Amino acid sequence: MPEDKKVDIVGRGNVEGANLFRDWFAELGEAAKNDQGAAYVFVMGSMAEILKVFDFPLVLPEITSLQTAVRRVADEYLTVAEDYGYSPDICGYVKADIGIHLRNREHPMGKIPKPALTVLTNACNTYVKWAEIWERMYNIPVFVLDVPATRQAGKQFQLGSADFTRDCKYVEAQIRELIALCEKVSGKKFDIDRLRETMAYANDMNIGWKRVLELNKSRPSLFNALTDGTVYLGVSNNFRGTKEGSQYFKNLVEEMEYKAAHGIGTQTDEKYRLAFVGVPCYPIFRRFNEMFAEWGGAFVHSTYLHFASGGANMGFEYDVSRPIESLAEGTLISVREAMDNMFHQDRVLIEMVKDYELDGVIYHPIKSCRTVSTGLADGRRAMMAATDTPSLFIESDMMDKRVVSEAQMKNRADAFFEGLASRRLTAAKTA
Amino acid sequence: MAYAAGVDVGSTQTKAIIINEASEIVGRSLIDTGANVVAAAENAYNEALKNSNIQEEEVEYVIGTGYGRYRVTFGNTQVTEISCHARGASHMFPNTKTVLDMGGQDTKAIRVNPRGEVLDFCMNDKCAAGTGRFLGAAAAALDIPLSELGNVAMQSERPVKISTTCTVFAESEVLSWLGKGKKIEDILWGVHLSIASRSVGLLRRVGIEEELTFTGGVTKNPGVIKALEQAIGFKLNISPDSHYIGALGAALFAFDHIVASRAPSSIKEAA
Repeated sequence: MPEDKKVDIVGRGNVEGANLFRDWFAELGEAAKNDQGAAYVFVMGSMAEILKVFDFPLVLPEITSLQTAVRRVADEYLTVAEDYGYSPDICGYVKADIGIHLRNREHPMGKIPKPALTVLTNACNTYVKWAEIWERMYNIPVFVLDVPATRQAGKQFQLGSADFTRDCKYVEAQIRELIALCEKVSGKKFDIDRLRETMAYANDMNIGWKRVLELNKSRPSLFNALTDGTVYLGVSNNFRGTKEGSQYFKNLVEEMEYKAAHGIGTQTDEKYRLAFVGVPCYPIFRRFNEMFAEWGGAFVHSTYLHFASGGANMGFEYDVSRPIESLAEGTLISVREAMDNMFHQDRVLIEMVKDYELDGVIYHPIKSCRTVSTGLADGRRAMMAATDTPSLFIESDMMDKRVVSEAQMKNRADAFFEGLASRRLTAAKTA
Repeated sequence: MAYAAGVDVGSTQTKAIIINEASEIVGRSLIDTGANVVAAAENAYNEALKNSNIQEEEVEYVIGTGYGRYRVTFGNTQVTEISCHARGASHMFPNTKTVLDMGGQDTKAIRVNPRGEVLDFCMNDKCAAGTGRFLGAAAAALDIPLSELGNVAMQSERPVKISTTCTVFAESEVLSWLGKGKKIEDILWGVHLSIASRSVGLLRRVGIEEELTFTGGVTKNPGVIKALEQAIGFKLNISPDSHYIGALGAALFAFDHIVASRAPSSIKEAA
């Protein structure tokens, strides 16, 4: 392949991702300007395939909130919410979002439209309480999709069983209710062919996401699961069920396959292959990665890329010939997968250690989300007992820099790598 | 004869150790860190040189450790105190499986393998609860010298229950117990039981296995030792040099560098 092709393709995922984010905010800004209501949805079970049929702009408040932290202004929004009366101890995403709404939905990247409705699943404990705040603020409908059989550590009913079919029927009935609600709120008639179209795009994205993750088994790893991976994840969520999202993931697969074929890795001189568990430390997003990269630690995978993609990592392919039934199946399977990767992460990590040839696992419990953090200590113990893989447990936060102590985190990271280096030295001496 | 040195710049005190080729301690020093961390490191090192009767030129490698390790400007490199306490404890007590280091501002629970390598560790986070500073706050509130704290506490017959482990609130809780007419020794023993309970919580996160070696400045307090031994149900490894174990670990790592510089290239690359 000629050199100019390399220039075009390497790093394209980040460039196109950044462009798509700007497009997303431009769309939101336009909707806000026209006083058009948006669908407020969450990353675990967004139901974007349905909502896009009705042309709702999608607001993903988890993403708009985390962007305030990445842009180092989260504290301004958190303070507004706390001054309003929200406790310092609740979810930082919720508080930043409340801060955005209390500031007339002015976000560092642009104006966010008001909600027309909100759709959520039972994937996170906080979603429903969060949605109730918008319900009170804007008097909008809240649609709760109850996904059964979550948090069961791989013991769920499997596709083909009678119990699975019953669960699917339950989800399908709710999807039909959601369609009716969307018709009412949007004033548009449901078009099943457009649903087939959004599902086909989602299929491309699911297949691409799974393939991209698998390709990072390469040595050296092709992308940083913490930094680059979060960009890809953002596109996966914001552009789910769209032509742009479909094309993005086709391009991303092409980029990763090219890098794999040419042995092109990341900026990190990869001495240790690591997995990240939990939600990133957004207040010091780049610096956090540097603490590991300085030692040659490369994040090759992350449970975040599983659960925060709503289970898209499964690569589930919808059968568009029976769209609603298949959407129910896919939602059931993917959301259950997302839940297992959050609450029973030891299972997937044991596989990751082997498949991605990991040297260590970094656990990052966070103060303002006990949902994702509870059980990490036990999961870590189980992973270490099963794989004898060194791990590091560092606590901070996803949003609130008041509880992020960079010096302490670095001290722990340094100690962790000293241990890894010592292990490697001992192995070299005994070889 | 080659020598190696470790300088452990802690939040309260700075320790320096010099070892010989047989990994024996030949010089040591301990001074208050104070506000000038660079000077504290230099002074401690110079004191240790004087104590060992060797010249600076004879020391081939120096490692800085502790929170001020990057201020050991004359050192060759730095190693975290976590690795150094693990290494030093295993050297001093070869059957060590768990290390508890209690210093001025942090407490560390460390699980180690027989080579003294860190298998797992856990520390207090962003808060001095359960550290030496907690004892300092109680001593200040009761106007008792820190060195006498443990012995006074062990005279207790009916300890009070200290509900806070917060160093800031410790003083007010101690004063409130005084106001209720409780004896000083009963309040102090409550303080010691509280700090032991907090430490055992940290230890459980890495797993408590015998032998457990106790390191750091708080090892000088017999009350904490007694409270910890009661809580975990077995004797702790303690040495008169326990306070120096971080610096000792640093010195041992420093000696590794000396040895590695003479090793085959394959091992050097792995290092």
